[in-house]
Amino acid sequence: MAEQKEKPRKVAAMGMVPYEMALGPTWTRFFEGFKEKKILGTKCNKCGRVLVPARPFCSRCFEPMEEWVEVAQEGTIVTWSYVNYTYFGVTPDMIPLIGATIKLDGVDCGTGMWTQIGGFDIKDFELVTKKVKVGARVRAVWRRKRQGNFRDIDYWKIIE
Amino acid sequence: MQKVGIVEVTQSSGVESPLSLMEFTYKPVKELLDKVDMRRDEVDMYILAATDVFHSGMSCANAFDWDASGAFMKPASREEGDAITAFVYGCMPIMEGRYDTVLVVGLIKGSENPENDTLTSFVADPFYSRPVGIQETTAAAMQMRLYLQRYGITEEQCAKVVVKNLGNALFNPYAHIKKRVNVDDVLNSERICDPLKAMECAPKSEGVCAMLLASEEKAKKLTDKPVWFKGWGSSMDTFYLGDRDLLDTQLKAAAASAYKMAGVSDPRKEIDVAEICEPYAFQELLWCEQLGFCAQGQGGKLIDSGVTQITGALPVNPSGGVLAMNPYVARGLYRVAEAALQIKGKAGEHQVDGKVNTALAHSTYGFCGQWQGVVILGS
Repeated sequence: MAEQKEKPRKVAAMGMVPYEMALGPTWTRFFEGFKEKKILGTKCNKCGRVLVPARPFCSRCFEPMEEWVEVAQEGTIVTWSYVNYTYFGVTPDMIPLIGATIKLDGVDCGTGMWTQIGGFDIKDFELVTKKVKVGARVRAVWRRKRQGNFRDIDYWKIIE
Repeated sequence: MQKVGIVEVTQSSGVESPLSLMEFTYKPVKELLDKVDMRRDEVDMYILAATDVFHSGMSCANAFDWDASGAFMKPASREEGDAITAFVYGCMPIMEGRYDTVLVVGLIKGSENPENDTLTSFVADPFYSRPVGIQETTAAAMQMRLYLQRYGITEEQCAKVVVKNLGNALFNPYAHIKKRVNVDDVLNSERICDPLKAMECAPKSEGVCAMLLASEEKAKKLTDKPVWFKGWGSSMDTFYLGDRDLLDTQLKAAAASAYKMAGVSDPRKEIDVAEICEPYAFQELLWCEQLGFCAQGQGGKLIDSGVTQITGALPVNPSGGVLAMNPYVARGLYRVAEAALQIKGKAGEHQVDGKVNTALAHSTYGFCGQWQGVVILGS
């Protein structure tokens, strides 16, 4: 197996196959709430935690989470990142973007959603570092037309 | 080395479910824990079998599988080959004396995936094989041709496997395909790649199977009828079909190793029931030969004799097997679960007649049974 001196040949490979993933009743109801500008969580009757997005069961207690609650649309930034490069699914027109984990008021977890901070000129990084901080307060801004998916929340606005 | 007992098993139906993979996985695991009256955090370790991408609907194993199987915040590991291996990996820390209980979960929602043929084409090497369209079904057709030619096995004998297994599946509440068929139905089904007919190929199914394993002492506390892990063997062949004799697979080596560990010297006499993995009908006959249930080339005569019928002396696939229910990856754990239920006497309407002391579970994956694994269970 002598190593070639010249550049080795490569064979291009790409796989594209279709999948259809069932959303299931819990997440269907969660996204139906988005159409009405509602953020829904589920409450565990054992540990009392309210989790968003809604869950079919409490992963700690392993009990079904059947109690639904509408939660606040304001919360606090837990942590954030300023994304300024492209990768699979993130095209040049999408950057820069500010990803954040937000703990909504009255909810017992960070949303865990890859939520975006916006509503001002986020191309100005200096301005971003002044406004976006761990612990900063934010509010959901909804799209005018909502389709029951994660895009329905246009961005999270910093509450000055 | 500690003994390992199967305490309890639960399984989901193979029929398409509207639940998300996370909800679908949670149900049988929750049912299992409730049955044995344990909290999920009381289980010492979790072993999962699921594929992250191909055979799992792009399910993102880390996002869904851990929480839904109860493994969250516990020692846990996941394997991607076949779930029968996950079973063995679950036995190991108990044999070693490290843990008292291990929960094994195999999970898949086949309805969310592309066809098995699409997915298995990606298994082929990208330089020599994939460009010409080989996948598991086309490879199996070549193996079947050789089997018919070399040993004079007939297409009718292969079709009889479908008739038997789908007939058995009518009595299994979890089976995916429930349809009474006769030999002519099978022979007249579409010749998708000659000599293989459409009805001789397994479907793609949903399937979550959960199983609690325990040390001897713990198992006896948790159930009045533990099923004991007796033996195990596996072997992997080369990928290239041209390098192999397709009728002389690694199943012989896997079985020899499992029989040796379990102390089985005459499998035909000592094994009371077998749950084997036959994604293509003729393979049940070929695998029976290689498991030593009959002589080489005698698989056709074996099914003609009726021995492998649910009422026979050595029932093979009383659950309906993989032809009736094919949750790819999880299917190996289903074989172990069904074998265990036969020993427990809790297989319900597809319980075999005689007392089951020793049961065999088998699984396979890859082209023409490239990988083979055999588990022996005892009462």
